[in-house]
Amino acid sequence: MAYSFPEEVLEHVFSFIHSDMDRNAVSLVCKSWYEIERWCRRRIFVGNCYAVNPSIMIRRFPEVRSVELKGKPHFADYNLVPEGWGGYVYPWIAAMAGAYPLLEEIRLKRMVVSDEALELISRSFKNFKVLVLSSCEGFATDGLAAIAANCRYLRELDLQESEVDDPSGHWLSHFPDSCTSLVSLNIACLGSEVSFSALERLVARCPNLRTLRLNRAVPLERLPSLLRRAPRLVEFGTSAYSAELRPDILSNLAEAFSGCTELKGLSGFWDVVPAYLPAIYSICSGITSLNLSYATIQSPDLIKLVSQCHNLQRLWVLDYIEDSGLDALAASCKDLQELRVFPSDPFVPEPNVSLTEQGLVSVSEGCPKLQSVLYFCRQMSNAALVAIARNRPNLIRFRLCIIEPRCPDYLTLEPLDSGFGAIVENCKELRRLSLSGLLTDRVFEYIGTHAKKLEMLSIAFAGDSDLGLHHILSGCESLRKLEIRDCPFGDKALLANAAKLETMRSLWMSSCSLSYGACKLLGQKMPRLNVEVIDERGPPDSRPESCPVEKLYIYRTVAGPRFDMPDFVWTMDEDAALMPS
Amino acid sequence: MEGCLRKDEGCPQLLDLIPKNTEWLVQRDEQRRSGSSEEKKLELRLGPPGEDSRERNESPLSLGYFSNKVSMTHTNNSGTKRGFIDTIDRKILNNNGGQTQNPVETALSSPWPSSFSQGKAPQCLPVMGKESSQPCCTKGVLDAKQKAFSPPSVNTAVPNSSQKRAALASASTAPAPVVGWPPIRSFRKNLASSSSAKMPPESQNVVPDKVASEKPVGGCRKGMFVKINMDGVPIGRKVDLKAYDSYEKLSYAVDELFRGLLAVQRDSSAVGIQNKQEEEKVITGLLDGSGEYTLVYEDNEGDRMLVGDVPWHMFVSTVKRLRVLKSSELSMLCLGSKQDKISLDAALK
Repeated sequence: MAYSFPEEVLEHVFSFIHSDMDRNAVSLVCKSWYEIERWCRRRIFVGNCYAVNPSIMIRRFPEVRSVELKGKPHFADYNLVPEGWGGYVYPWIAAMAGAYPLLEEIRLKRMVVSDEALELISRSFKNFKVLVLSSCEGFATDGLAAIAANCRYLRELDLQESEVDDPSGHWLSHFPDSCTSLVSLNIACLGSEVSFSALERLVARCPNLRTLRLNRAVPLERLPSLLRRAPRLVEFGTSAYSAELRPDILSNLAEAFSGCTELKGLSGFWDVVPAYLPAIYSICSGITSLNLSYATIQSPDLIKLVSQCHNLQRLWVLDYIEDSGLDALAASCKDLQELRVFPSDPFVPEPNVSLTEQGLVSVSEGCPKLQSVLYFCRQMSNAALVAIARNRPNLIRFRLCIIEPRCPDYLTLEPLDSGFGAIVENCKELRRLSLSGLLTDRVFEYIGTHAKKLEMLSIAFAGDSDLGLHHILSGCESLRKLEIRDCPFGDKALLANAAKLETMRSLWMSSCSLSYGACKLLGQKMPRLNVEVIDERGPPDSRPESCPVEKLYIYRTVAGPRFDMPDFVWTMDEDAALMPS
Repeated sequence: MEGCLRKDEGCPQLLDLIPKNTEWLVQRDEQRRSGSSEEKKLELRLGPPGEDSRERNESPLSLGYFSNKVSMTHTNNSGTKRGFIDTIDRKILNNNGGQTQNPVETALSSPWPSSFSQGKAPQCLPVMGKESSQPCCTKGVLDAKQKAFSPPSVNTAVPNSSQKRAALASASTAPAPVVGWPPIRSFRKNLASSSSAKMPPESQNVVPDKVASEKPVGGCRKGMFVKINMDGVPIGRKVDLKAYDSYEKLSYAVDELFRGLLAVQRDSSAVGIQNKQEEEKVITGLLDGSGEYTLVYEDNEGDRMLVGDVPWHMFVSTVKRLRVLKSSELSMLCLGSKQDKISLDAALK
């Protein structure tokens, strides 16, 4: 049947299939579908930039318009990956510059992006539209200036949480007067002041601007004039939300906000002066997303704000909200889907706010659509976890961080095994889970048995033997990413499940009980895995094979060992020289 | 990308290292009943590295040396930001006047008998002992230590940490942050800390008394990570300035961070690890120019400054990046950075 369709028809049909997984499935149907599909694939997602290389990608998909690449392991977010580990984007850009002149979008996460790479992007792709740099580093405002100056059709420039060397804010003035195409501009991560007049002019001449996230350096009293120039904003990130208290600033700001009738998302709010919060009350009912996770304001102010946002779907907030604020949230925000509560002071031993497990239980009771949770707290009980699991079987992401490692159920002093067990047993759709607190191997047995759709699991300070890891690797059939730190998991479980690793994107283990010998064996026996030992104490082969390695990062790859390793990373396949190249 | 798998020899579906899965399952039940038969077996295989004891024994502990000297130089010029050259000169002068020695080092270096670390059971003790014997040693230092001596055998993991906690509690300091725990992005920490640091005075009034009194909004709330690089060491690191409250603690931490790396670097071509450990040298004199290396920083205006030149809190609020420079190259570098600054200024105009 398939062969009766002309290629053009199939191509057109395929163009309606957007999900990567479905496209992959299409390409496996037969040789001709494989051929047709690869020529019409416009978007590529590479979850690990070392799992493939640019030339393989280009050879198979010659007509790509949009590329998304991810670099460092997730634990890099928490400083566990040494500086200089890798994840350089330049080789990719260089290869694509020749092969994809029509490339329009580049999205990067946790990659090292040099100014040279940005400059090359700005010169190589004539129709370039979207640049998203998420948690990237290595570049400065010079590179951004090149993007601004040369990408005439730029629609989106998003620097979310990147680390930018920014000696000057003048790069913004490199946007030519002809640049009117911006839809989204996120410069929240920049440390230095940007040229306000350049920013103001840019905003004014981009009629389609929907997202604008400022950095903290823009003075509060300047916000009204920006907002008036962008009345159709949907997402707005404020700068530092503080100024000397003056009624005229407040009324001016309130008026400017009320003019932005389409606003749905607010963020920023560094250094909030609560007296200025009423300026946004008039638009609260339209807000669906509120990021107050940098706003050091206290529970009463938060309650007043949150209880006016009846359509809120996503809330990020510091633990200043306390249990009382979460009660209010549960009572007034029935559409809430995502809640993140960050610690305001994680490094003091005693709680500085009254936020307990009870706040989360309330939200799980009151918000029927809740499906994503990130919650930092200092005490937890199995009873609370069971209640949450029963209340919200629709949870998809559940990340709980009890700040003190190996903290037991504070009521019974038992491990939290049964609580997390209840979560995985009840929440059948759970895809992401982070564990904390006192946990034995038993919790991993629960997870391996029940968490059939789990894709990403983070484990810290948990378990008591190899058996824990064995349960996970042998049980969680959808697992793609596993990250483990400070757990007594060792060689046996890893080697017994070596084949499982080829079905996963990556495994990170640091401060565990893995021997160098086992890593070596794994690297030799599994040629499609890159087994990388990260050890800053020096070459691991200068120690006995039984000596545990500091950090291990394993990922599957079709590209072979990488060539840009720093001298504290060793790939475990040196002896596998028999491999045909 | 599936189409491009390398056609290697077929890889084994299951490595035959574990005799049979069934056997494991049996063991599992057994273990649940009787405790740790599993662990004991593993323990035999995963014994602690022999080198650890040596590593543990040599620690710098030149605190007394630092604190005197540093506090002396610092009170002189609080509040003024000074250029590079004059401060160097001053420091070198100072230095010629005072003697360079570190007497404390030998006195304190080994707080526990070295035989201690031979046995397996008390694996955790050295760490604890070390912490309690240095109440003023700081948290980042502990990180490094904890990482280096992370429990190699299964059953030390738990006691290690709990004892560490106990030790800390008794030392009545804040708990030592473990690197990367709690899992908060360093980006977030940075933002939040500078947020509280820059909080305008009027906003403090609205913070309820409870909080205001507990912690002045001066901002020792979150970590504040800055990058640090060292001449001759390709690997950069990050240090959490909030984990320290004085220059001497910072310099102690810098030594901890880089000493090992530097030693490895120096003789990466030669000899085994055994010798290497012994050749590790304590990095001292970072602050007063008396040592081989000097600690400098780039401030928020892009100027290179000597660390230790302004009061600590001012340093913390302006530092963007740290660098450990060869003292011999200081003067050259100073010229270079001035030129850079000039050209940068020119470019901006």
